[in-house]
Amino acid sequence: MKLERLDPYAYLRPKKKFPPVWCAGCGIGIVLGAIIRAIDRTGWSRDDIAMISGIGCSGRMPVYVDLNTMHTTHGRALAFATGLKLARPEMHVIVVMGDGDALAIGGNHFIHAARRNIGLTAIVINNSIYGMTGGQYSPTTPENALATTAPLGHIEPPFRIDALAEAAGATFVARSTVYHTRELDRLIEMALKKKGFAVVEAVSYCHTTFGRLNRLGSPVEMMQQLKDNSIPVERARELPPEAREGKIVRGVLVDRDIPEYTERYRRLIEVAQSQALRGGAHGGAH
Amino acid sequence: MSVRLMQGNLACAEAALAAGCRFYAGYPITPSSEIAEHLSRRLPELGGVCIQMEDEIASIAAVIGASVGGLKAMTATSGPGFSLMQENIGYAAMAEIPCVVVDVQRTGPSTGLPTSPSQGDMMQARWGTHGDHPIIALSPSSVREAFDLTVKAFAFSELYRTPVLLMMDEVVGHMREAIELPAQVEVVERPHTDVPPEWYYPYEAGGADVPPLVPFGMGFRYHITGLFHDRAGFPTERIDEIDPWLKRVNAKIERNLGRILMYALDGVEGARTLVVAYGATARSARHAVGMARARRHKVGFVKLLTVWPFPVEVLAEAAQGVRTVVVPEMNLGQIALEVERVVGRGRVRRVNRADGQMITPAEILAAIEEH
Repeated sequence: MKLERLDPYAYLRPKKKFPPVWCAGCGIGIVLGAIIRAIDRTGWSRDDIAMISGIGCSGRMPVYVDLNTMHTTHGRALAFATGLKLARPEMHVIVVMGDGDALAIGGNHFIHAARRNIGLTAIVINNSIYGMTGGQYSPTTPENALATTAPLGHIEPPFRIDALAEAAGATFVARSTVYHTRELDRLIEMALKKKGFAVVEAVSYCHTTFGRLNRLGSPVEMMQQLKDNSIPVERARELPPEAREGKIVRGVLVDRDIPEYTERYRRLIEVAQSQALRGGAHGGAH
Repeated sequence: MSVRLMQGNLACAEAALAAGCRFYAGYPITPSSEIAEHLSRRLPELGGVCIQMEDEIASIAAVIGASVGGLKAMTATSGPGFSLMQENIGYAAMAEIPCVVVDVQRTGPSTGLPTSPSQGDMMQARWGTHGDHPIIALSPSSVREAFDLTVKAFAFSELYRTPVLLMMDEVVGHMREAIELPAQVEVVERPHTDVPPEWYYPYEAGGADVPPLVPFGMGFRYHITGLFHDRAGFPTERIDEIDPWLKRVNAKIERNLGRILMYALDGVEGARTLVVAYGATARSARHAVGMARARRHKVGFVKLLTVWPFPVEVLAEAAQGVRTVVVPEMNLGQIALEVERVVGRGRVRRVNRADGQMITPAEILAAIEEH
């Protein structure tokens, strides 16, 4: 495959707020790059795309991209995005969240957005920790790992984002890592084009907090761990469960067709309006 | 226009539609749920959207998102839900996103008395969200006022790019009255900018009080954040950008008090005693004032329709020459604190109930006649 040429300046706000707030060596910029490359492949106008975020390292991402961008409150990005998508169903709404943002404080919104199957692209950047606040444990921190609020080792099991999203009703669930950038590009592109609630878990790392506390080394070494520790879903399906233990399974995990919420709502409006025309409605004269 | 028997919550819902509201998101809670139930049928008839979210936090978030998408948007709740909404009400104040939040107050704290009236959220309306911020809060005392003030709430939210709180109470929300609806209402459309996208700054007001807010998806790609931001909407920590923002958003309310402050004065001239009331309590207060006048007491009556910003000058003037100011409220004294601030603590006589019962005219009359 040859590398595609893309003018990043067409999508970034280079004069405005660079350099970014993220630590040097962070994987989050790779996710931003993947989102931009995926958007570029869709051919959509930037005017028709919104990027909504919550709070945390991921929350700062929308500042850097020249789209309709909104940095909301912690955990609530999907709820803000739900309102925007219902007001402007023709827009493509991308929601970027961290693992704490999407699954702890925002866990309720995550499962209900999935259940409704509203047409949002949810990118969960999973670095297993609260990075911005200094390395406290998150809903995806592995058991026994150290965090600044788990100095004796973490005693809670982590969420499985894919299983959660699937059980809640998401129409598309995929996972890759910031090492596998070409794959991440492709999966985000698929998620963008999918009708319904589409989730991509982008596994990243936080060398500044999680890596330091757990002695996992430099960003390069943590990248290497993502590479060594992950397998494509096709291979994972051939392995016995014990061999899959602890592996990051990459690829399309769920892909199914379920009616999308704003389309269902549009049909509901048609029903309501035809009932009102027939005089079967409340009308203002309740 | 025909006279109709209408419930306060329904009047609020119908007024929202008349004002151009096309998005509602809410979570069921007594005593506000009739608003959501009514709009779940009426909004789709008008091509709008009514969605029941997973909680009140999501409801106000969706409302703000829809408003950014260009729809006039509203949510309705009661005390417990109002508490949950506070963070995002602050977001709307910070990001200057128009929206209307209805709080049909019930007795608190906590789950309290879900089906009983209260005015216990008045200070929460002012200071419930963290940080210094402007807010507009209106409080109707009748079904007709519920209609009129809902229309005003939308007008103010669009004109001043701010959340507007409609502080109803269980009595006004559930009471039915025969009302005549206005043939036409004042519909304020969101001002659009006349500059091209590359010159548009969503937070630069120029000489005006409020910059126009262009909805997402119109070719104006800009940034919205709850962080302090510069004129383009990007985060800033520069004090030369933070301070002017704080001053402007507070001034946009202060400079328009003439339009925002709504109240009714009755018999204030030459009064020895003044009764200041709002919401359902204003009904008892008006009755008590009539009883007192029949007994030849010189009593003036101030009914507040706008509670926040507090009408300091109006009250100061009305209280001139008045010996006692009686403030009845279904709480332990919230707006009384503001009245005391304006007229002096020694002149204020509070009448309070926070047990889920209306304050009776007799209780207010007793306070008027107390020596």
